[in-house]
Amino acid sequence: MTPPEPTPPPPPGGSAGLSTEGVSKRFGSVQALTDVTVSFPPGQVTALMGENGAGKSTLLRILTGDHRPTEGRVLLDGQTLDLHSPQDARRAGIRIIPQEPEIIPHVPVAENVYAGSLPRAGLRRLDRAELRRRITADLARLGFDKVLDPDLLGSELTAAQRQLVEIMRALTGAVPPRAIAFDEPTSSLSEHEVEALFALIGRLRDEGIAVVYVSHRMKEIFRLADRIAVLRDGRVAGVVRAADTDEGELVRLMVGRDLSSLFVRQQVATDRVVLDVRDVTTDDVRDISLTVRAGEVVALAGLIGAGRSELALALAGDAPIRSGTVALNGRVLRLKDPRAAIAAGIGLAPEERKAQALFLQRTIRDNTSLVSLRRLSRWRFVKRRQEKDLAQEYADRLRVRAPSIEAEVRTLSGGNQQKVVLARWLARKPDLLILDEPTRGVDIGAKAEIYQIIADLAREGTAVLVISSELPEVLGLADRVVVMQNGRTTGELTRDQATEEAILALAMADDLATADDLASTAQTGETR
Amino acid sequence: MTTATPPTTPAPDTGALPVRSGGPRALLAAIGGQNLSLIGALVAVVALFGSLNENFVGWDNIQVIAEAATISGLLAVVQTVVIICGGLDISVGSQAGLASVTSAMVFTSTGSNPYLGIGAALAIGAAIGLFNGAVIIYGRVNPTIATLAGLAAYKGVAQLVSDGRAQGYVLNDPVFVFLSRGKIAGLPTMVWLLILTAAAVHALLTYTDIGRNIYAIGGNDTAARLAGINLNKYLIAAYALSGTVAALAGVLLTARTGSGQPVSGSEGLELQSITAAALGGCALKGGKGSIGGTLLAVALLGALQNGLTVQGINAFWQNVAQGTLLVAAVVIQQRRNRERAVGLPA
Repeated sequence: MTPPEPTPPPPPGGSAGLSTEGVSKRFGSVQALTDVTVSFPPGQVTALMGENGAGKSTLLRILTGDHRPTEGRVLLDGQTLDLHSPQDARRAGIRIIPQEPEIIPHVPVAENVYAGSLPRAGLRRLDRAELRRRITADLARLGFDKVLDPDLLGSELTAAQRQLVEIMRALTGAVPPRAIAFDEPTSSLSEHEVEALFALIGRLRDEGIAVVYVSHRMKEIFRLADRIAVLRDGRVAGVVRAADTDEGELVRLMVGRDLSSLFVRQQVATDRVVLDVRDVTTDDVRDISLTVRAGEVVALAGLIGAGRSELALALAGDAPIRSGTVALNGRVLRLKDPRAAIAAGIGLAPEERKAQALFLQRTIRDNTSLVSLRRLSRWRFVKRRQEKDLAQEYADRLRVRAPSIEAEVRTLSGGNQQKVVLARWLARKPDLLILDEPTRGVDIGAKAEIYQIIADLAREGTAVLVISSELPEVLGLADRVVVMQNGRTTGELTRDQATEEAILALAMADDLATADDLASTAQTGETR
Repeated sequence: MTTATPPTTPAPDTGALPVRSGGPRALLAAIGGQNLSLIGALVAVVALFGSLNENFVGWDNIQVIAEAATISGLLAVVQTVVIICGGLDISVGSQAGLASVTSAMVFTSTGSNPYLGIGAALAIGAAIGLFNGAVIIYGRVNPTIATLAGLAAYKGVAQLVSDGRAQGYVLNDPVFVFLSRGKIAGLPTMVWLLILTAAAVHALLTYTDIGRNIYAIGGNDTAARLAGINLNKYLIAAYALSGTVAALAGVLLTARTGSGQPVSGSEGLELQSITAAALGGCALKGGKGSIGGTLLAVALLGALQNGLTVQGINAFWQNVAQGTLLVAAVVIQQRRNRERAVGLPA
């Protein structure tokens, strides 16, 4: 599974640059990384690719001292680093440009750049003259003096300028940088700004810095990278030279698992359209049209940030719909708040179950009955017996493993917590159930049970919209796959057309693909 | 209630959940660890002061304690509701003061009509509560700040309308006399009012879907919103309830002292009510708490205060004791949450 790296043999005395050796990381029962050995040589750009959840973020965090590996070690020029914190990594010369820049809103650029190591005069006063001298020198050295006014406040910066501040933080300081990681740096930049960023990255490479570049965008990677390391399921799926590979090979490296044995779907979709979304635009998504029929499972695929969860929240009444219509069973809805959506027959099991769905200090019974309380009440008094029976019925049906339905939800495992969220909606019997990442953080046994629950729901005639970032799950569950990128739908695939390669191609398409492209992609099984 | 337990290991795949059995263990669990320690503390306080002064445990003194605790008890009950929602109301004492002045002045100016006086006070209280809620929800002002402002402003209004002096005399009216000195079935009327209010609020919180929604809002407001609960309606209603019951406390204050008091007797009630709620097991970040626990804490605080007074201990020490208790209650609560000691508490 782990081909040896086709890189030149390391120089004697250990490999130069940043590298990991046998790094594994466990979070509780989840194995995030397994035996990752990969190097980031100086003077080269190494792209790091992988599906959502493949372990890219965890690896970055280990490289930059935010997490400690469970096993294995991080090396710089052959020397083992003992990183306990991001500050340790910074002192060693390892820097990261995070995806979301951390900017202090009310202070000027100069103070943002040197936050934490501001020049001081006597009595701990800020040495403004020295600060001015430093920022002017650094701006000129890096060539940012035309684009970044040091007196602008953090809150006044554009997305690109915020990124520049992070880059300046990485490139300044007492210890010169040896390795710099960019985490999807272009996601909020315009084309012009991307060019400037690439020029800068080229200069860093020429100065002999090891550059780690995390991105999903094929075009960028082929323009920029010398080497490409692909992670899959927390392992190194392969390391290739950019000159020796193509998109097809990368996609094959990123996918290629077989969990199909977990899936038990048989198609039971009817012709009756339950959900009919037409040209819906919200603050986060544009011109979305899709339908879900009774008994049908439709998957929304795409990369993180494609706008899938935002669409789900809008359909559940929690984000305003600016234009377009949402109809349920032929009736156009006015989704002014979640209450209206629930009353109409829409249920949402949101992405972050602890933050958005569960009441951790309350019992399984309380959590299950919450959206059905009015039905269980008379004169607003809850009929305890019926409430108990309802909670018990669904806890049994979904095989929630707990001492009793009076157990507090925080004591349950992730899979059982997710089942409680599902129980809440199953008890309510919605016409449309939206499940956002229903198996995230759930062990494999509970996963299979959740797939079974979804299959049962469809068989009972519920329309199910599943958001999932796990492609095998999408393929195993869905009758139809709708793919989104950057807040728009980029294509729709039937069960027969859907392959991991076809979905990834649509999810990573930099431009909107035409329907013809999709069809040919699906038929030949090749990527564009 | 319970300390954190490790995640349950998956039981053998039986699928079904066992039904819980009864017995003394279940009874103790129903009372709860927090309440048991409160009962323990109450017993200790009674034993201590009882051994120092045998009259402490006499029926007469118990009635004195109960009457003295009634006004702060009423406020503690509604404070509990507001805190379970995730809010806080520091203005309850000032609201009671304004209501006290209102009841006496309207009583006097309407030719000694007690019902108009009491009605006007309750109406003012409800209006102030609605206003507090509106400032918090629509003005987006943090509840602590909004009601801290209210603490100052409503006290000021009470002083303005009363010119800072006690107003009127109400103990020539049978209704006010009944409120202050009357008894029903051997118990003072005031204590009955506390019992009735507490029972009603307890029923609301425990047996109705409204109560479930209140706990849900304080426990996780995002999840509550996504479950279709109208947060604004509930929060504003909680503050309106708080204002109305604070006004009732103000009316009782008028009845007890015989005249409308802008400040005296109501100042400091906010601290007492918050202390009682925190000591009674309310999580200050919301979602947790019970009327039973709060009432036990009210009894404990009342007994402590009375005991210290009977022993002739300087009232200034009682303030120190009250502040210490509030901080201690919250520290214990946070210890149980095992929050990491980094930065400001959540």
